[in-house]
Amino acid sequence: MTIDVPTTGRSLPQLQPISFIGADGRLTDTPTEGLRIPSDATLTGLYRQMVLVRRFEAQVTHLTRQGRLATYPSAAGQEAAEVGATTALAPNDWLFPTYRDSAALLTRGVPVAEILAAFRGDWHCGFDPHEYHASPAATPLATQTLHATGFAMAAKLKGEDAATLTFLGDGASSEGDTHEAFNFASVWQTPTVFVLQNNQYAISTPLREQTNATMLADRAAGYGMPGLRVDGNDVAAVFAAVAAALARGRNGDGPTLIECLTYRMESHTNSDDPTKYRDAEEVEHWKQFDPIDRLERYLRQTGALDDSTVAEVAEAAETLAASVRDAMNQEAEVDPRELFAHVYATPRAALAEEQQVLEAELAAAGHA
Amino acid sequence: MSVETGTDPVTDSTEVNDETATAASAKGDTAPGTARAPDAGPAPSSVTMTKALNHALRDSLADDDTVLVFGEDVGRLGGVFRVTEGLRAEFGSNRVWDSPLAESGIIGTAIGMAMNGMRPVVEMQFDAYAYPAFEQIVSHVAKMRNRTKGRVSLPITIRIPYAGDIGGVEHHSDSSEAYWTSTPGLTVITPSNPADAYSLLRESIASDDPVVFMEPKSRYWMKETLSLPVSTAPMNRAQVIREGTDATLLAYGPTVRTALDSAEAGAEHGLSIEVIDLRTLSPFDDETVSESVRKTSRAAIIHEAAQFGGYGAEVAARLTERNFPYLSAPILRVAGFDVPYPSPKLEEFYLPTVERVLDALESWDWEL
Ligand SMILES: Cc1ncc(C[n+]2csc(CCOP(=O)(O)OP(=O)(O)O)c2C)c(N)n1
Ligand SMILES: [Mg+2]
Repeated sequence: MTIDVPTTGRSLPQLQPISFIGADGRLTDTPTEGLRIPSDATLTGLYRQMVLVRRFEAQVTHLTRQGRLATYPSAAGQEAAEVGATTALAPNDWLFPTYRDSAALLTRGVPVAEILAAFRGDWHCGFDPHEYHASPAATPLATQTLHATGFAMAAKLKGEDAATLTFLGDGASSEGDTHEAFNFASVWQTPTVFVLQNNQYAISTPLREQTNATMLADRAAGYGMPGLRVDGNDVAAVFAAVAAALARGRNGDGPTLIECLTYRMESHTNSDDPTKYRDAEEVEHWKQFDPIDRLERYLRQTGALDDSTVAEVAEAAETLAASVRDAMNQEAEVDPRELFAHVYATPRAALAEEQQVLEAELAAAGHA
Repeated sequence: MSVETGTDPVTDSTEVNDETATAASAKGDTAPGTARAPDAGPAPSSVTMTKALNHALRDSLADDDTVLVFGEDVGRLGGVFRVTEGLRAEFGSNRVWDSPLAESGIIGTAIGMAMNGMRPVVEMQFDAYAYPAFEQIVSHVAKMRNRTKGRVSLPITIRIPYAGDIGGVEHHSDSSEAYWTSTPGLTVITPSNPADAYSLLRESIASDDPVVFMEPKSRYWMKETLSLPVSTAPMNRAQVIREGTDATLLAYGPTVRTALDSAEAGAEHGLSIEVIDLRTLSPFDDETVSESVRKTSRAAIIHEAAQFGGYGAEVAARLTERNFPYLSAPILRVAGFDVPYPSPKLEEFYLPTVERVLDALESWDWEL
């Protein structure tokens, strides 16, 4: 007698990370699970956006060191995952980012000052989520993975042609909410793509102390969903994998987990001291996998990129940096009265009383 | 069986509540006459609180396509207390369904659904089993509207069966209200009778603010003769349910019965006691309560939760701050002891009783 259980339908990701363009700028011969390399035109667009994002991160980090922002977690080094995944989104799709993903918000079209409002300390979320189809950046780790799942469930119930994408980190993969989101998304077959940026560290804790699994993408199998591991510094691989996963989701075939192998080149935030937990050689080692260098080399080989385009993109990056400086050098307008304005849809008498206390304090201090 | 057919409250409680099958102490007494039936409603009948809640969910689901009901065992079984009985059959599994067993997942996905235009009504199976969702409730449900300057509101209703006096084993009798009332952004409601249960749940679901809707388990099988739908006093307002001149007893949910019984017993000693059913714990109805306290000059608040740092501490403090010149005696708390909720054989010694309320009243210097 045997117990009647399914014995098919489970598959593990291939061990070799999916990659089209190797660190040397040449096409790899890695198996790509049926994915196809994006067109040169798409890759050129991704190149341009990665250059902009890198300049953006460098500029914001610099301004943070000067004290213009309260804190800043840079995604320098992770441009391929940030840009490749976000560019694959359709306008109707929704993005569920973390504190690490300002680059994704920039790619989604959110204005610089609105992205940075949170880090400058103006307001917790500076942009209108409905306008950009992007949720506020979540700081409580992994919580946003459930929001992305629920949002996609509602889209599915309403018959909307929309998918959701959420970023999470290797550290966040240990949180219970990650497990719950993978499970809910797979049970409900929601159009959700989980982009796990494995940048090797959660603040100071290295991956080997985060998990004993061979790879984080393996977890997908345990939830009955496909998992892929991609070279997270190959924007061609990230874009192709995420675009295919979004299409699967919109097609009613459920969620996908995509682990992007990458590396955080900067410190966790400006207030972190990475010399305490990683050595300079390791950082040097990862420089040879740089996502922008390799794409530039590749596109020069195919002829899609030449000196003049590279110069034009560099100039656009400088323009962006200047606009970041301008935005952050303007004093943010904050209105203390706004503390009370948005807490409830239904006004509360007790809160109005507290507002009067503050108004009186402001008047006494000579505030307008 | 269904709660509608039960006539013996003790039988109801043992059969309806799977998990606390030893329950034998649920009280089936009737409510004070607070209900106001609409002119042309159906003929009045005897209605339990579970039936009233069920009716409210059914009417909300029927009136508004965006209302969704999900949680642990709320579909096929109709919830362990049968509050959602029959709803899946009537509205289909796209509107009412059993979720995977994970409370953070339930709240987290409800957030995403609400962001995408839905009105989720979710059930936490028991008070203590809402704790895994604490982070999602406190960090996101409560804060999303403020964080996004009112651009994203979360019309979520979180139903939590709470409090004791049902012979429940460990973790089935907590009174967790103070966690929620001390969190800005949440509206906290608790009905004490079937008519309010119906009316307040309808209003909670229709509210654009997130509501923690706390259902007193020991009152689930309480019956009241009324015709549904019914509309009682609006949410966010307390209600004087017995008039008196010598002292005010404040109560909510399970302790309203205790307060009324105490007032009755007090009358035998020649005391005229006013009883207020708070109904909404946050916001607190300062106006109604202060008016009563100024009239009677004495007040006590009764709750099952432990006394230290409990809801009663806030009530006593704010009533004292606002009404000190009118008070003849300190505002007292008649609460659970500062110990973990006890096992079934000991709960009668823990719970605030009529005797304990009367002792508190006696402790006042009535010469003043
Ligand atoms: C629930 C929770 N616990 C702890 C923190 C503090 N914290 C912020 S970022 C971080 C590390 C996260 O690492 P990872 O998920 O790998 O993302 P990365 O920062 O590398 O992008 C920690 C511990 C938090 N934000 N939320
Ligand atoms: Mg990390």
